[in-house]
Amino acid sequence: MLISHAPLIRPSEITPRDVYLNRRSLMLGAAAAGLSAAMAPRGAEAAQLEASPSPLSTDEEPTALEHITNYNNYYEFGTGKEDPAKNAHTLTTKPWSVKVDGLVSRPAEFDLEDLLKPVTLEERIYRLRCVEGWSMVIPWVGFPLSEVLNRVEPLGSAKFVAFETVMRPDEMPGLRAFFNVLDWPYVEGLRLDEAMHPLTILTVGLYGETLPNQNGAPIRLVVPWKYGFKSIKSIVRITLTEEQPPTSWSKQNPREYGFYSNVNPEVDHPRWSQATELPIGQGIFAKRKPTLLFNGYADQVAQLYAGMDLTKFY
Amino acid sequence: MLQITDVAREPRLSKALRFRLLRATLYWVGFAPAVWVFYLGFTNQLGANPVRTLEQELGIWTLRFLITTLMVTPLRDLTGISLIRYRRTLGLLTFYYALLHFTTYMLIDYRLDLQAIAADIVKRPYITFGMLAFAILVPLAITSNDRMVRRLRGAWAKLHRWVYLVAAAAAVHYLLVVKSWPMEPLVYFAIVAVLLAYRLGKHLRRRRRRRPAAA
Repeated sequence: MLISHAPLIRPSEITPRDVYLNRRSLMLGAAAAGLSAAMAPRGAEAAQLEASPSPLSTDEEPTALEHITNYNNYYEFGTGKEDPAKNAHTLTTKPWSVKVDGLVSRPAEFDLEDLLKPVTLEERIYRLRCVEGWSMVIPWVGFPLSEVLNRVEPLGSAKFVAFETVMRPDEMPGLRAFFNVLDWPYVEGLRLDEAMHPLTILTVGLYGETLPNQNGAPIRLVVPWKYGFKSIKSIVRITLTEEQPPTSWSKQNPREYGFYSNVNPEVDHPRWSQATELPIGQGIFAKRKPTLLFNGYADQVAQLYAGMDLTKFY
Repeated sequence: MLQITDVAREPRLSKALRFRLLRATLYWVGFAPAVWVFYLGFTNQLGANPVRTLEQELGIWTLRFLITTLMVTPLRDLTGISLIRYRRTLGLLTFYYALLHFTTYMLIDYRLDLQAIAADIVKRPYITFGMLAFAILVPLAITSNDRMVRRLRGAWAKLHRWVYLVAAAAAVHYLLVVKSWPMEPLVYFAIVAVLLAYRLGKHLRRRRRRRPAAA
């Protein structure tokens, strides 16, 4: 049962208070007033989620829900940043199942409910860095991907994990566009050790509630040390493979987007710098801040890439 | 007699006045999108990434005015409708929007971080194209007055043909700033391509007519 009746203090209750007390919000008094007025209504089906806090969370102030849910790259619903918020309501997320197959001993097709039954949801407040040079801090609700992978028992030959987004042209206007911006369905991939890393989570909620469609409902990946496009949305299939799987953006432009796509201020995108980022939700006077190696998660993940030339494996 | 002269003079005067009024109106209307987008920006109504939205809006309006400016000649050639009296206003609006776009990038986005900006100009083709387009627009704007037209004579027309390069650079600048190939920059690129191709066609036809033996 996902509905909470326990007198638990939910993250969704805590965070707005933090935002309220935050100095920046007070300084931008007018801005804060504008925010609450423009607060987008969540989907009627949004349900509260019980989630325990995690030591892996950052203590940075989360970006306002309004911005997290209205500034999205989800090209299946249009290339504009506000297109997904406008169009994604057409996606049917119930029922939902995720097929886990490939090089595993126990391949299975899980109903979402069954997938979630044995797991303990955690709140993970992560930084998100988009390859386009902006960033957010997002209170996700999810659980380690490793829990699902362990359940299906990867074979020794499995080296990579491939992911696939649902592809439904009748529910996704971006797939009916005259010109395909990407080769659908959207696919992503990780090395098995990246996929098993405790920071890598499957996410079902944000701000203490189920995910809005534009953020990748009902279940998506979050890999906080990689550019946002690696964190594939609305997953229907997870396949363990021996070979490195193709990924959507590197298929579209291999010179600009690599398989790894780790956040790295030293390795620029061929067309723009990755040295700095513009934090979302801080108004017109938002100040660029320096981007950190592995998006600030170097202590936890740098050893995954020991000895690798990160300019070559970008 | 006197009355008749007055009647004959009055429409001419009012015609000149009408154009001046229309030009002034065009300026006011032309600046409205900039006023609006800055108003939204300063009142925090530009969404999650107001800096980028501001930059993009000003950039797109620059392209729109540039395209409108370049449409004056084909419109006259093809339909006989002449908006030539408003072309300078449209051209200057293009320049002012480019200036606002440039200033937003320099001051609001990069906060005059000259080192980062210099690196961008050298390393980022989209910035290189954008800066090139803006740099060419400056002398065009400075010479957009009657005094300079008279002083430069033939050279003026030659100088102002550089606007074609501005249009090409601006269209490429927009294409390079986005991921993949979304529709809007492609549409703007196509419109600019058609307008430039029209000039090229006209130029080639004229040259052939002038030197039939060479053909």
